Amino acid sequence: MRWAVIQFPGSNCDQDVFHVLKNVLAQEVDYVWHKDSSLSGADAVVVPGGFSYGDYLRCGAIARFSPIMSAVQEAAAQGRTVLGICNGFQILCEAGLLPGVLVRNASLHFRCETIPVRVENAGSRFTSEYLASQVLRLPIAHGEGHYVADEATLDALFQNQQVLFTYCDAQGRTTPEANPNGSQRNIAGITNRAGNVLGLMPHPERASEKILGSDDGQGLFASILLSVKS
Amino acid sequence: MIRAQVIVRPRQSIFDPQGDAVCRAIQHLGVSAVKQAHVGKCIELELEGDNLDQARSQLETICKDLLSNPVIEDYVLTLQPADQK
Repeated sequence: MRWAVIQFPGSNCDQDVFHVLKNVLAQEVDYVWHKDSSLSGADAVVVPGGFSYGDYLRCGAIARFSPIMSAVQEAAAQGRTVLGICNGFQILCEAGLLPGVLVRNASLHFRCETIPVRVENAGSRFTSEYLASQVLRLPIAHGEGHYVADEATLDALFQNQQVLFTYCDAQGRTTPEANPNGSQRNIAGITNRAGNVLGLMPHPERASEKILGSDDGQGLFASILLSVKS
Repeated sequence: MIRAQVIVRPRQSIFDPQGDAVCRAIQHLGVSAVKQAHVGKCIELELEGDNLDQARSQLETICKDLLSNPVIEDYVLTLQPADQK
């Protein structure tokens, strides 16, 4: 399986994703510069975290117009796997590949910590290696992770099982206290309607090796691998 | 020359934590009459040419696609001729 990791000016989680894919999961993986126009046939695309274009204007607002984003749109339309992590999630929302938008955390604080995240739907191509309602420990690091969409969109997201991850407490309860950024309905990660594009604020690539404290994130990459092989 | 100004502000229905913090700071400074604050952006542009209608239609697209996100923000675009220096 071949992976592409997009690099924008200001991306800073690109190397972490690359490392996990190449060295931990022994995958074929290439960096793709944002000015390129081709993904060279990669099976899966990662839009990594960071601060593309300095987060000027709005997070992801400028990156969505980078030349490579046409190829990402095309890959998404073809049903290939597209994964946006943190700033990548923000970019995919701005690009219209995912509904809603991410705004400033309700607390106004940048939150950088490892927190419990619940798997809402273990039947997707991104979560098949997890159990339904499993509580993962994943790192977050963001100032703009507050997911916002209108009520009809939120209802549809849950109804269609597009919500893959929510913020929860250690017992798996999605309480307001367990919500680090004010996201509506504690949403931490969603897919598009077709289920091949995922955006999430937590960083699975920072939790893919035991030596780093948690490998709970590795299941996400392993699930994608399984989906492409099967 | 044309001078354009775009005011982008959060939609009323969207919680604006910055506005909320600013409002509380103002009240803390003793101006309790202030009950609401909204924090947005002001973007100023200078354009070549003098065709206001053409400039407006070009900029409306830019406002919708880039300068604001219609899911959470509204914008007001104003244009006026600018004297060339």
